[in-house]
Amino acid sequence: MESAFIIETIIKILVVLGLFSALAGFGTYVERKVLAFMQRRLGPMHVGPYGILQVLADGIKLFTKEDFIPQGANRIIFMIAPIITAATAFIAMAAIPMFPEFTIGGYTVKPIISDINVGLLFVLGVMATGLYGPLLAGMASGNKWSLLGAARTAIQYLSYEVVTGLSILAPVMIVGSLSLIDFNNYQSGGVSDWLIWKQPVAFILFLIAGFAETNRTPFDLLEHEAEVISGYATEYSGMRWGLFFIGEYANMFTIGFLVSLIFLGGFNDLWFIPGAIAILLKVFFFFFLFLWTRASWPHIRPDQLMWLCWKVLMPIAVINVVITGIVMMF
Amino acid sequence: MYETIAFYLFAALTIVMFTITVMSRNALYAMTSLAAGMIFISAFFFLLDADFLGVVQIIVYSGAVMAVYAFAMIFMDTLRDVKEKNPSKKIVFFLSGMVALLLVIILLTPLISEKVQALYPFSDEVGNAEAVGIVLFTKYLVPFEVAAIMLLVAMIAGIILASKRMDESITLKIDQEIEEELQKGKR
Repeated sequence: MESAFIIETIIKILVVLGLFSALAGFGTYVERKVLAFMQRRLGPMHVGPYGILQVLADGIKLFTKEDFIPQGANRIIFMIAPIITAATAFIAMAAIPMFPEFTIGGYTVKPIISDINVGLLFVLGVMATGLYGPLLAGMASGNKWSLLGAARTAIQYLSYEVVTGLSILAPVMIVGSLSLIDFNNYQSGGVSDWLIWKQPVAFILFLIAGFAETNRTPFDLLEHEAEVISGYATEYSGMRWGLFFIGEYANMFTIGFLVSLIFLGGFNDLWFIPGAIAILLKVFFFFFLFLWTRASWPHIRPDQLMWLCWKVLMPIAVINVVITGIVMMF
Repeated sequence: MYETIAFYLFAALTIVMFTITVMSRNALYAMTSLAAGMIFISAFFFLLDADFLGVVQIIVYSGAVMAVYAFAMIFMDTLRDVKEKNPSKKIVFFLSGMVALLLVIILLTPLISEKVQALYPFSDEVGNAEAVGIVLFTKYLVPFEVAAIMLLVAMIAGIILASKRMDESITLKIDQEIEEELQKGKR
């Protein structure tokens, strides 16, 4: 019995690892194509039909590049840092229920690696530890630009963690559970049951903080090319740089799953669409939203980032929690 | 069996990590291994089915406390070894040994004496977070609120200490100074 459970878990882990590494690679292709079409370009066109094999070419390039470690860097920490980013991004996925339960040959499979009853907190906590990747990378590189990137990592991730936590508190109060499966079941009654209608403010705050936590464009100060060259990743090349990238894309999918599960009905059936496809559509919409925002918004300054977090988003989140509490009391 | 393997694995990892923290002269190694050790400790909570405490361990210690340490480390040269000043190694080893012994005795008391029992034993009826909440808001309500007030006081004190020149924005100030200088130049 226990061995079967262990084998099942290992298979699930391998599927999640393989699937999301591949999706991260494919995500780069989608990102370049979407950005290209929004800017009236064609994007990658030469390798394969419509440039679809560009992913493979990029992969070969990354894997065969020299694994370079600068002389002034702290070797061990420099080598560990990218692994922390990728590992935390994948560990966070362990507590996310991706699809509804299904049966293969009389054996019921729960598409969640570990069903802990504080799943939501676990995902947010592990994603928060992801800050050590860029931070240690910047501090170990022995480069001023990297160090600036690391400093920006610390302030950005720490500040926006507060907004993420406070914005998610109001939905948690309504549902009364920290399990993502309970969130999903709470919204099983169709579109009118979705939490986005009860908590529109929390939805928007969580989404904005999600952009900062995944280091996507309006808030990608960590590797802002015009100011700090490439931030924490300046000294990295080859597959170590690729691991940072995989981590970032995996985090984008994690945020997509979280938003879909918490606010948009999760993997419940949507009209005639089966649940598994419904949640995929939602996640891919949020992935597209990340790219859309990147194409349409400029970077912001670090002081604007802090102003937005502490003077706008955090007070709104606190007020939202207080109002939710008052409404629930009476 | 798997739990035993996991326990010994994480016990060894935690001890190794904290040994590096204490022994290393490099601030970067010490910081990284301390953060890693904090995460490995959370594994024990997960093994004991205390999911909530495990996650809180990760969020509070690794996510917040260590991140603040790391932020402070940015202002030092972490790539260079630190010169430590230990006046007497005997005192250091004696004190740390005594503290370790004391902790072991404290944690062993439930095994030695039967009079020490859990006031609020773990029950399957309520979840982890609920169990913690019930104890916090019934028996320990006053200490909990006092702790909250102390944190508030500390936060206000921190803001007052840091806010001596908070009304001046460095970014804006430089712009204004540049404009003033330009205007002076025109006259």
